[in-house]
Amino acid sequence: MFAYIIRRIAYAIPILIGVNILTFYLFFVVNSPDDMARLHLGMKHVTPEAIEKWKASHGYDKPLLLNKQAEGVEQLTDTIFFEKSVRLFAFDFGYSDDGRDISYDISQRMLPSLAIAIPALIIGLMVNITFAMLMAFFRGTYVDVSGVILCVVLMSISGMFYIIGGQYLLAKVFRLMPISGFAAGIDTIKFIILPVLIGVVSGIGSGSRWYRTFFLEEAGKDYIRTARAKGLSESLVLFRHILRNALIPIVTGVVVILPLLFMGSLLTESFFSIPGLGSYTIDAINKQDFAVVRAMVFLGTVLYIVGLILVDITYTIVDPRVRLS
Amino acid sequence: MIMPVILWTDALVFLLTLVVVVFVFYARSKPHIRAPWQRVFRGRVAAASAVVLLAFVLVGLLDSLHFRLPLEGNGHNGEIHYSVDVLSVFDVLVGPLRSQEEKTYSAPFATHLFAKESVEHADGSKTREFPPLAHAGRHLQKSSTVKHVDILQRSLASLFEALLTGALMLWLLSGVLARRAARSTRDMLREILLQRTVIPWRTILATLTLLLLLVFLSINLASVYHVLGTDKVGQDVYYLSLKSIRTGLLIGTLTTLVMLPFAIFMGIVAGYARGWIDDVVQYIYTTLNSIPHVLLIAASILMLQVYIANHPELFETTVERSDIRLLFLCIILGITSWTGLCRLLRGESLKLREAEYIQAAVSFGVAHTRIITRHILPNVMHIVLITVVLDFSGLVLAEAVLSYVGVGVDPTMNSWGNMINGARLEMAREPVVWWSLLSAFLFMFTLVLAANLFSDAVRDAFDPRTRER
Repeated sequence: MFAYIIRRIAYAIPILIGVNILTFYLFFVVNSPDDMARLHLGMKHVTPEAIEKWKASHGYDKPLLLNKQAEGVEQLTDTIFFEKSVRLFAFDFGYSDDGRDISYDISQRMLPSLAIAIPALIIGLMVNITFAMLMAFFRGTYVDVSGVILCVVLMSISGMFYIIGGQYLLAKVFRLMPISGFAAGIDTIKFIILPVLIGVVSGIGSGSRWYRTFFLEEAGKDYIRTARAKGLSESLVLFRHILRNALIPIVTGVVVILPLLFMGSLLTESFFSIPGLGSYTIDAINKQDFAVVRAMVFLGTVLYIVGLILVDITYTIVDPRVRLS
Repeated sequence: MIMPVILWTDALVFLLTLVVVVFVFYARSKPHIRAPWQRVFRGRVAAASAVVLLAFVLVGLLDSLHFRLPLEGNGHNGEIHYSVDVLSVFDVLVGPLRSQEEKTYSAPFATHLFAKESVEHADGSKTREFPPLAHAGRHLQKSSTVKHVDILQRSLASLFEALLTGALMLWLLSGVLARRAARSTRDMLREILLQRTVIPWRTILATLTLLLLLVFLSINLASVYHVLGTDKVGQDVYYLSLKSIRTGLLIGTLTTLVMLPFAIFMGIVAGYARGWIDDVVQYIYTTLNSIPHVLLIAASILMLQVYIANHPELFETTVERSDIRLLFLCIILGITSWTGLCRLLRGESLKLREAEYIQAAVSFGVAHTRIITRHILPNVMHIVLITVVLDFSGLVLAEAVLSYVGVGVDPTMNSWGNMINGARLEMAREPVVWWSLLSAFLFMFTLVLAANLFSDAVRDAFDPRTRER
C-alpha cells in the first residue's frame, strides 16, 4: 500500500512538469513579456523605457531559459523559467500584479470557499441519493419516468439561471436572506444558506439521474435476485444490498473532487461576492493578472492529482475486491 | 454587387454540413447503420426534439451565409468600397427586426419607453413622461384598435395560418406516404392521425405546426412590436436571441469537429499499439486533464487577447476578429474535452484488439492501418457518436459560463452568455428589467433540452449495453 502511494506520487511528478512547461509556453513564449507589458500599459504610454520598467518591476526582464550573462548555475536559475515556473514546485507563487503575496491570499481565501463547497457537497449528496433511490425503487413506473424527465429538464437549465433566479426570488422578493456578501463567525450561516441551497438544487438533475443508473445497475445483478428469492422485502433489498454496493462508485466519484473543493466555484462565488478562491480566479482573469492565473493553474493541477491518488486508496478501502498492483 | 464574406467558422460549418449530408446518403444504403437511426426516430420525444433541433440548425445555417453591402456614392475610378457591417442572409430575412432600434429599455409588447424623458410639447411646455417607441405600436395610433385587441387579433390570425399550413402538410405527407406504400390517401391519413405509423409522423407534424405558429407569430407580431422588449441600447431582444443561436450551435458542433480527429486517432492507436505509444498518449491526456478546464481556457483566451491586441492589422472587420476568437475558443474547448473520448476509445481498442476477428486479420497478414480503419474504427464509432451528442448540450451551457467569466466569445458577438452577462445587473433595477435574461435563458433552455432528449435517444439506440436490457 505504502509503496503504491509512493509510486503514484512519483508518477505525478512528470505530469506536473508537463503542466508547468505548458503554462510556461502559453504565458511566455506564445506572447513575449513585451506583449504583456504593452497590454498592461495600454496603447497610449508605450515607450521602450516604460516597457522595460514594467518588465523590471514584475521580474520579467530576464532571459527566458538561459542567461548567458550570468556565471555557473546562475545561467539556469537567473531566468524567467526558473523564477516563475520552477519555483511553483515549492508552492512559491510569487507576487500578483498589484504586489500582493499570492500564497498568503490563497491561504486566506481557502476557508470561505470551503464554507460553501462542503455543505453544498454533503447536502447535495444526500438529496441526490434519496431521489435516485426513490426512482430506482419505483423503476418502470410513472414515478420513475416523470422523475427522469424532471431530471432532464433540471439539467437543461443553465446554472446561472438558478443563481440569478434564486437571488431574485428568495433574497430580493421574499427578503429571506442577504443577496450576496460574506462575514466571518456566526454570521457566516446567514450568508451561505442561499449559495448552498442553489448549489444543491442546480446539481439535483444531473446528480440523481447519474446515481439512478448506479442503483439500477446493481438492481439487475444476480445477488439481488438471490436476495429477493430468499424472500427479503423490497425495502430491505434496497437499503441493505443495493444501497451499499451502489455507494462504491458514488463515494469514489465524490473523493476525486474533494481536493478540488478548495478551488471553490467560479460562478457561485462571483455572483455572491464570496471572498474565496473562485472569485479570486475570476478577478485575476478580469484584471489579466497572469501571475495569479498561473498559480491557480498549478494549484488546481496538484489538487486534481491528489484527488486521483485518494480515489485509488478509497477503492481499496470501500471495495475489498480491488487490489492495488 | 454584394461581397460574400466567408468567415473561418462559416467554412467549417459548411464543411460539417457537407459531411453530415454525405453521411446520410452513405448510411441510407447500409442497413446496419440505418437500423439504429430508425430506432432513434421511432421515439416520439426524440422525433419532436429532432424537429426542434433542425429548426435551430436552419436559423444557424442561414445566419452563416455572410456578405458585405457596398457603400453608396463612392463608385468613382471603378472601385467599390464595402460597408464594414457584415450581414447574413438571416439578417435580410428578419429585415426590420435588426434595424428597428429604440433609445433604451422597453418592456415586451410595450408602446412606450421604459424610462421617463423630458418631452417638449407643441405649446412649448415640458413634461417628464414615457415617450412612445419609434418602431413599436405605431400602427395603433392611426387606427382606433386597443393594443390588447390588436395583439389578440394578430395571434389568432397566426394560429389560423399555422393550422392551415399544418393541415396542408398533413395532406401532402399522407399523399406521399400513400403513394410509396401503394395505398389510398385516406387510409394513410387515418394511420397518421391515430399514430399507427412506424415513424411518429403525428408528433413530428404537431411539433412542426407549433414551430410554424412561432414563425407566423413572429411575422405578425414582431414586425409591429418588440415581442421580447429591447435591451439597454434599444436593440430588439428577440433579434439578439435569434442571432445567438448560431454562436451556441457553433460552440456545440465545431468543438467536436476540432477534437474528433485527435481523439479518434490517438485513442485507437494507443489501444491498438500499446507499449510506449500507449504511455505517451496516456501521459498527454492525463496532463491535459489535470489542469482545471476553466483555467486552461482562461489562460489560453487571455493569451489570445494579448495576441489580438498586439496584431490589430490582421483583422479587417470586428466580425472577423470575433470570429477568430470564436474559432479559437472552439479549439481550446476541443483540447480540453477530447481527453474523455480518447480514454474511452483507448479502452475499447484494447479490448477489440484481442477479439477473434482482429486476431484472424492479423494472422492473415492484413496491414495495421487497414485493420484500424476497416475493423476497429467502425466498431468504435458508436462510442464516438454517443460522446458527440452527449457533449453538445454541455458545451452550449459552458459558453454562457465562459462568457460570464470573461473568457468566452468576443463581447461584440451575439451570444446568450453575453446577453446574460450584460443583463445580470438589471435584476437589481427597480422595476426589474427581466426580459433580456429570461429570453436568453429560454432560448438556451429550449436548445439544451431538445439536445438532451435527442442525445438520450441516440445513446439508447446505439449503446449495445442498453439494447440488451
